Amino acid sequence: MENRPHFKTLWLGVLLVLPQLLLVLTFFYWPTGAALFWAFTLEQPWGGGSQFVGLDNFSNIFTDRFYWESVLRSLVFGVGASALAMGIALVLALFCDRQLRGYAYYRTALVWPFAVAAPAAAVAFRYIFAPEAGVFAALNQLYPNLWNPATNGDHAMIMIIIAYSWKYVAYNFIFFLAGLQAIPRSLVEAGAMDGAGVLRRMRDIQLPLLTPTFFFLLVINLTDSFVDSFGIVDITTEGGPSKATTLMVYKIYFDGFKGLDYSGAAAQSIVLMVLVMTLTVVQFRYIERRIHYK
Amino acid sequence: MAEIAIRQVRKSYGRTEVVHGVDLDIGNGEFVVILGPSGCGKSTLLRMIAGLEDITAGEIAIDGARVNEREPRERGCAMVFQNYALYPHMNVADNIGYALKVAGVAKAERARRVAVVAATVGLDGFLDRRPGQLSGGQRQRVAMARAMIREPKVFLFDEPLSNLDAKLRVQMRIEIRRLHRRLATTSVFVTHDQVEAMTLADRMVVMNAGHIEQIGAPAEIYHRPATRFVASFIGMPPMNLLPARATAPGVVALASGARLMLPPGWVMTGGDVEVGIRPEDVLVDAESGDGNRLPFTVEFIEELGAGRLAHGTLEGIDFIVQLPAGASMTAGETHVLTLGSNALHLFDAGTSRRCRFDAASPMAGVMQVPVVGLEHSVQASSA
Repeated sequence: MENRPHFKTLWLGVLLVLPQLLLVLTFFYWPTGAALFWAFTLEQPWGGGSQFVGLDNFSNIFTDRFYWESVLRSLVFGVGASALAMGIALVLALFCDRQLRGYAYYRTALVWPFAVAAPAAAVAFRYIFAPEAGVFAALNQLYPNLWNPATNGDHAMIMIIIAYSWKYVAYNFIFFLAGLQAIPRSLVEAGAMDGAGVLRRMRDIQLPLLTPTFFFLLVINLTDSFVDSFGIVDITTEGGPSKATTLMVYKIYFDGFKGLDYSGAAAQSIVLMVLVMTLTVVQFRYIERRIHYK
Repeated sequence: MAEIAIRQVRKSYGRTEVVHGVDLDIGNGEFVVILGPSGCGKSTLLRMIAGLEDITAGEIAIDGARVNEREPRERGCAMVFQNYALYPHMNVADNIGYALKVAGVAKAERARRVAVVAATVGLDGFLDRRPGQLSGGQRQRVAMARAMIREPKVFLFDEPLSNLDAKLRVQMRIEIRRLHRRLATTSVFVTHDQVEAMTLADRMVVMNAGHIEQIGAPAEIYHRPATRFVASFIGMPPMNLLPARATAPGVVALASGARLMLPPGWVMTGGDVEVGIRPEDVLVDAESGDGNRLPFTVEFIEELGAGRLAHGTLEGIDFIVQLPAGASMTAGETHVLTLGSNALHLFDAGTSRRCRFDAASPMAGVMQVPVVGLEHSVQASSA
């Protein structure tokens, strides 16, 4: 700890930190501060003057049926997307870890989706899942109304879950594969010598030892599903049909920028921020400490 | 219990062949130690027996049945790994009993057998602990117990003692020996430690660079190393090797011109040889007696407690002598060493193989090569 490098003069250190500090202050603390201020005041839609209202903004959103519906939708989305993204990633990582034929290629290919920006992915999925073109048009021809996310809320929710998961499969895959490869090969071999087949070894040895990675990813996936889903929702469904895909983060945007209710939107972002912070604390305080084997 | 037959077994990784056609028969109940430097292919060979590595060519049979295509679990082998490979998320009882659990043995029966095996390796009080809470020696015992519980046909040990400290290693060595005496299960033990190999083995297999150099009882390998490699690998410190050239029947000359007399019986097939003698077989300042007497210049002395090693040069060649307790020798001195004729080993410089020794042969003492500088009145150079 003590042999970290020191700068002889204070100003040089400050100078080197300054660019990063400016970025963080400008794009994180300033907006957060503004949101905090707005959350406790009544902001005028066209600017100019504000009035302190205490917790009124919060009591308004907590008594709003539409807000709780968005919370519920966010939970459905978060759990669905995390389960799908983690499940698929885990299966792929287990395949890759067994070095099945061609694994080197799809290991690389699987990492790419995470590099694609959410709106770009969303545009692609909007075309793939369009009810009036492609595969689904043919299916709808045979079974009318089988698939129509433009009018059916459940279909729309399924669509954003799949589109969002597609990107996160890549992210989870990297962590699962790293976790699997950190398990000493000899443990799996010992399992083989003990008579366990491939699936039995996965269940009894690899998956239990993957628990720390699993919980880490669960928290990250849930957290990101609350805040990172905006791009997908905005491009594919714009929160519709009839608010069926208006998640918490999309409702903040919609109330704030479309409804010009700055104060309500600010209060909602503070709630979302507290939620994300809580999950992060859980991550650091409990999960990282409890679940690890040596 | 089982016999293992290894026939012309080869292993390649891509284009690199690491095991070049190994033949080995292991008898029922035998304890065979495969010894060799790191990278000689000994672990690979063991893992091929276990089924953890594919066999590139050749055949391995256990109890007469070819096992090349069988899964590890179908071969009846149990293995103790170098790093123990204990399941960190299971307690000791679950670690030991895992094989039974996989085999579908009922819980009560499993607990009973785990208790029995744990008692034999002295782990009675530790069944609820996790591997992380055990010392190195205890982990080693868990690994042993886990191998024993299946009552396998063959035990495979992959350098199981190399992670232990010196004292514990000796203790576990004795326990393994004791265990084998009691269970008499066919065992293959891989190590790079010659003391481990000598003490544990019924039969030793010395491997080098993917080949078997020699197979034999420990004493035989020590006293009659079949190749130059075995001679230099076995023994602490290693055997002294002096390059020499045959000059007359029963006589070789070192590069310095000094001559060594050999007992009759060595059959040499080439002119260039290497003469070997173990540091413990050399006599220091002997009054008389038969043998070759040569001057030795001492460079430094190594204290070992039970004895001392003198490092120096003999006729310009690096040489080590083991001094008996009480012998006085200090750096810078010159002493006369006696290399007893019967203590000498002779290796062909071309093939690196031990020269044949056949006292009864009509060719005994006669070289089958043109002799350089025939001299009959042979005398070792004196000090």
